[in-house]
Amino acid sequence: MSESIVLDIRNLKSHFFTAKGEVPAVDGVSIQVPAGKIIGIVGESGCGKSMTAMSVMGLLRYPGKVVDGTITLDGRDITHLSPKELSTVRGNELSMIFQEPMTSLNPVITVGRQVREAILLHQKVSRDEAKKRVIEIFREVGIPEPEKRYNSYPHQLSGGLRQRVMIGMAMVCKPKVMIADEPTTALDVTIEAQILRLMKKLCREQGTSIILITHNMGVVAETCDYVYVMYAGKVMEQAETFALFENTSHPYTQGLLKSIPKLNEKAERLYTIEGVVPNLLHLPEGCNFCTRCTEADARCRKEKPALYQAGDGHGVRCFKYESEVQLDGK
Amino acid sequence: MPQNESVILRHVFCKGSILPEYLQTTKDKEKERGFSVLKKVLKRILISIPVLIGVVLAIFIMLRIVPGNPVTTMMGEHVNPAVIEKVSKEMGLDQPYYFQFIKYVANALRGDFGTSYRLNRNVTQIIVEAFPHTVKLSVLAAVVAWIIGLTAGVIAAIRQNKLLDRLFMGCALMGVSMPVFMTALVLQYVFAFKLKWFPVSGFDSLNAMVLPAIVLGWNSAGSIARMTRSNLVEIMQNDFIRTARAKGLRESGVIIGHALKNAMLPVVTMMALQISSMLSGAVLTESVFGVPGIGRLAVNAIETRDMPLLQGTVIFTTVLIIIGNLVADLLYNVLDPRIREGE
Ligand SMILES: Nc1ncnc2c1ncn2[C@@H]1O[C@H](COP(=O)(O)OP(=O)(O)O)[C@@H](O)[C@H]1O
Ligand SMILES: [Mg+2]
Repeated sequence: MSESIVLDIRNLKSHFFTAKGEVPAVDGVSIQVPAGKIIGIVGESGCGKSMTAMSVMGLLRYPGKVVDGTITLDGRDITHLSPKELSTVRGNELSMIFQEPMTSLNPVITVGRQVREAILLHQKVSRDEAKKRVIEIFREVGIPEPEKRYNSYPHQLSGGLRQRVMIGMAMVCKPKVMIADEPTTALDVTIEAQILRLMKKLCREQGTSIILITHNMGVVAETCDYVYVMYAGKVMEQAETFALFENTSHPYTQGLLKSIPKLNEKAERLYTIEGVVPNLLHLPEGCNFCTRCTEADARCRKEKPALYQAGDGHGVRCFKYESEVQLDGK
Repeated sequence: MPQNESVILRHVFCKGSILPEYLQTTKDKEKERGFSVLKKVLKRILISIPVLIGVVLAIFIMLRIVPGNPVTTMMGEHVNPAVIEKVSKEMGLDQPYYFQFIKYVANALRGDFGTSYRLNRNVTQIIVEAFPHTVKLSVLAAVVAWIIGLTAGVIAAIRQNKLLDRLFMGCALMGVSMPVFMTALVLQYVFAFKLKWFPVSGFDSLNAMVLPAIVLGWNSAGSIARMTRSNLVEIMQNDFIRTARAKGLRESGVIIGHALKNAMLPVVTMMALQISSMLSGAVLTESVFGVPGIGRLAVNAIETRDMPLLQGTVIFTTVLIIIGNLVADLLYNVLDPRIREGE
């Protein structure tokens, strides 16, 4: 890849230390985010998408912990920052919006003040100046009557508006990377399209890179430049969006794509991948996906595949694509 | 009980407007917000009237079914029966109870609660003189309770399940479970009697006020600490706390700026509701330390069977508790924007 990488996640491992054992929620994930691009992370729920994001943000809390790997933001290692250093990165160079717009804002503080706080934390401006900036960003993210909305409490706004406030809060300091964890899952389909369009626009205008986490392949197709497909804490396939849909390689990705309902095909029943996500405490000895894979053979059940190069910028964690070039370990 | 009552009342009276939301302009809503608070206050006051009448009736009946004639108590056993009868007549005690009751209520409405048998003075006046002492004691106790309770609660929440948390919560449990008279006697013995740091009794200097305030506040400090801690711990699990961290706030900023206000809502309400337990605590504290407040007045009235004085203090206290509940409710309204608008 020729573009400059702003966020480089290498071999990230985040484990939860529970009474029943160590849960490898994120198990050796490597993600590169080029400047100004939208990177997608897809996968079924429980596969470690959110925990990857939380690890990058330094938001993992007991019993979760980053146990290995490095996170580099714009050339600076931010894997193990002190709370003080971390507070200058979060919300400033690196920001995040969450899946739950209804509960992600403090119910007893006006939305304007909550966004203003983000400005005052990271920039030396007066309160009045900050307020002006909030109203400006409210206008940019498409909140009607921004002056009036400044003094609204979260419960007075719809879910879509609240998510716009969250986006405003995340973008107001012009971060290098914004992580959006299923930002539209809780919203109506019509609102979803608006929010995605808004994020795309902001990304283009401010040059902010976005990591868009979703379980919706349709959203990926429309929004992302490059996609990582995750399963049980590992990246199973990664490719440019077009290549991923054109040369879908991993059986898991194929299953995910097949389970999208299509208008032109009259399927009797919607396709589903058989079986359930394995318990992370009792992962199979071989490939994490072997218990549900229709093509798994004896070797898949015994040995873990590495991420093999299947094309230009296209990696697949499957023995079918075993080759000299390994993008990543086992 | 009072807590449940206020919750129910809140639900009954918070319904807001008759118009559907989409028909209301913002102006309407704003006007209505002010109006609905006023309406709520009026309704609460109206609903307090039967409560008050009930209390007056109850205390009235109780004082009349307990054995013993107040006149004999007042004048002594060996007084001429004819004199007793004459005095009883003068005091209207020979009239039927319902008549006495109506007359009492009618007078009370004019601010006249009768004359104390023992002190031979206007009850209203006696109460008005004693009240400032009780207020001073309660306010000091509340300050003590807030400072100790809040600090301990916040620290315990931050150091959750660590040594400091265990220690503070142990003390808090002791605070809420130790009866006031015991704390009073122990502190009095240790700090006043043995160490002589403070006077044993009296309430005329700041030094004399320290022990009573701590004794009375101790109990509430325990409740505040426990409630602050448990609320904080719970609120720290919320999604908006994650947002606060994500925007770059340090942990102290998250707690003080985002968690505490949410955690304080129920605590503030509880405190206003605790006026009743404060007052009952004041009865004991005032007696032990000889503070000339309402509490000691009530105890003296019971000892001497001074019916008008006892009735007066009980009714006065009831009014205070009703006001306390009202304030609690209004505070909740002012502090929580979701309820403020009758959502
Ligand atoms: N508090 C926790 N304790 C133990 N395991 C956890 C905890 N939180 C998350 N996990 C594990 O992390 C895995 C990944 O979760 P998550 O990243 O939220 O999935 P998703 O891809 O749906 O966002 C879960 O399957 C679960 O096993
Ligand atoms: Mg998730």
